[in-house]
Amino acid sequence: MEKFETVTGTAVPLMQNTIDTDQIIPAVFLKRITKTGYEDGLFNLWRQEPDFVLNDPAYADGQVLFVGPDFGVGSSREHAVWALRDYGFRAVFSPRFGDIFRGNAGKQGLLTGVIPEDVVQRIWEAILEQPGIDATVDLHARTVTVGEITAVFEIDDYTRWRLLEGLDDIGLTLRDEDAITAYEARRPSWLPTTIPARTAD
Amino acid sequence: MPETAGAAAPRTLAEKIWDAHVVKKGEQGEPDLIYIDLHLVHEVTSPQAFDGLRQAGRGLRRLDLTIATEDHNTPTLAIDRPIADPTSRAQIDALRENAEEFGVRIHSLGDKEQGIVHVVGPQLGLTMPGVTVVCGDSHTSTHGAFGAMAFGIGTSEVEHVMATQTLPLKPFKTMAVTVDGTLREGVTAKDIILAVIAKIGIGGAQGHVIEYRGSAIRALGMDGRMTICNMSIEAGARAGMVAPDETTFEYVKGRPHAPQGADWDAAVAYWRTLPTDDGAEFDAEVVLDADALEPFVTWGTNPGQGVSLADAVPDPAHLIDPVEKSSAERALEYMDLAPGTRMKDIAVDAVFMGSCTNSRLEDLRAFASVIKGRKKAEGVRVMVVPGSARVRLEAEAEGIDKIVEAFGGEWRFAGCSMCLGMNPDQLAPGERCASTSNRNFEGRQGKGGRTHLVSPLVAAATAIRGTLSSPWDLDAPEPVEEHA
Ligand code: SF4
Repeated sequence: MEKFETVTGTAVPLMQNTIDTDQIIPAVFLKRITKTGYEDGLFNLWRQEPDFVLNDPAYADGQVLFVGPDFGVGSSREHAVWALRDYGFRAVFSPRFGDIFRGNAGKQGLLTGVIPEDVVQRIWEAILEQPGIDATVDLHARTVTVGEITAVFEIDDYTRWRLLEGLDDIGLTLRDEDAITAYEARRPSWLPTTIPARTAD
Repeated sequence: MPETAGAAAPRTLAEKIWDAHVVKKGEQGEPDLIYIDLHLVHEVTSPQAFDGLRQAGRGLRRLDLTIATEDHNTPTLAIDRPIADPTSRAQIDALRENAEEFGVRIHSLGDKEQGIVHVVGPQLGLTMPGVTVVCGDSHTSTHGAFGAMAFGIGTSEVEHVMATQTLPLKPFKTMAVTVDGTLREGVTAKDIILAVIAKIGIGGAQGHVIEYRGSAIRALGMDGRMTICNMSIEAGARAGMVAPDETTFEYVKGRPHAPQGADWDAAVAYWRTLPTDDGAEFDAEVVLDADALEPFVTWGTNPGQGVSLADAVPDPAHLIDPVEKSSAERALEYMDLAPGTRMKDIAVDAVFMGSCTNSRLEDLRAFASVIKGRKKAEGVRVMVVPGSARVRLEAEAEGIDKIVEAFGGEWRFAGCSMCLGMNPDQLAPGERCASTSNRNFEGRQGKGGRTHLVSPLVAAATAIRGTLSSPWDLDAPEPVEEHA
């Protein structure tokens, strides 16, 4: 997982509330067998409408998303996070997130910051005045800046630390590799192993 | 579970296994790092995990603790022909390619050890007391029947186990479900678990590991214990388990991967220390009387919506809880049933005998014992799907295939089949099925299909009479005596 310290990239105003994970990525994309390549699934139904925000060339390479409250509610599909990440988003800011989505995001390196609703609205206005303007996210300082506006966002300490260190769950566990190896040395020798394969005949 | 369990403190079976698998104790509310002894892999939940490993340039830490089989998508007819559905074929192909690339042992369609992942582990002797077992599948709880700690995990966790052979886990709560007494002939493990779920509800064991105890559980063979643990998830439990005893040891002994010689003695000595200590406390307790139990069936669209076969479809108007009431109303509409209808008057279009709940040899024997020498009811489609290719062979050696065919049933190849209809084995819209599987959710066995969960004995009697029935309802020649 890539470390997240400071990221600067195109700010995208998605001026809508209560976007569930079915809208972030429709169920048909769940049949795939890969873990990447979900960028085409992101907001798939909406992107078929010409005036959807990501169809505006100014926002096509969006990296920092600003949305209304209750983003990522609904089904637990991790694909919602993969779709945002594969499209190129590094951070999403909303007044409130769906719990499971937020948990999944933290594990995949997608920053989810909570900022008050009025601040989101001011940022939307600032972006609309200068479409294509960058947002700068500073995770050390817990701030996001768009033009003149700098907002402090909320993120829990544990997720923040993991993002700063670039640690996914596996990376985190592998820090304890010595403990795993030591445990393995203590396991009784009669415990089952699948290899070499044995069958009844 | 207690944070620290001293040597003298009485512990439950679940706590003992947990304690024995802590690689690193979590501090301040962080999860414990738990070692995984056996990782079972199938085609549906593994492709993204393999892909994740590939991206990160990682491999599997312990190929020797990992085994894969194909089950959810496999056809049960013409298994030598290419799979027609492109999604199913892609998932199977991906598993084969991934197993090859990463070096994972795989049992593919056509192989003697292929079958439903939860049937394959125990049959190879890989599932044994005291181990931790995970799989990207909720019915992993099946393996708890051996006194193992076994639970389903998500795709990210599958990748985590592949890379590290561990999982960060928060301790579970414990629940004792005690079933004392003696089951009457014709009443089985399936009836016990359906009655337990009806009693505590589909969320009744949320966050808990259930330990099934009591004389009625002790009297069950391993196949029955697996049926019960399998459906723990349907009560919301993380896992279900039964303390290992002579029945367990007897089942494991001599299986391909069971310990041998001095190893066997060491293993059994350890396994004998596992049962819950006297005085150990559970966070919750439930009691069920086996003597009073009758064959049990579901009427609704969740596994908790069940009654005795002798009863009638309940009236939602009598339910007090508004959520239960509206869910019952919706269920009856979907099931096309009127309150007050006697369960025994409900006619079915199909009978499905299979799934990881009831597709082992004991289950097939029970089914065959009832249908032997009889003909199925006219117009009822009867599908019998063994849980694994080996179970199929063993059943054929006993002539069960012939009994099924003479009865008018279809004898199929192994897999999940109509349990979830990912392959072509599906109900047509509106069709009603008596099924030995574990989930009666809307559309589970095919879009618009209606499922009644039943035991193999009830499935057999229903196939004979065409309406929901138990062997008690059959005329002579009676394989089972008449009971009051
Ligand atoms: S038989 Fe059914 S419940 Fe069991 S693993 Fe297969 S799909 Fe899941």
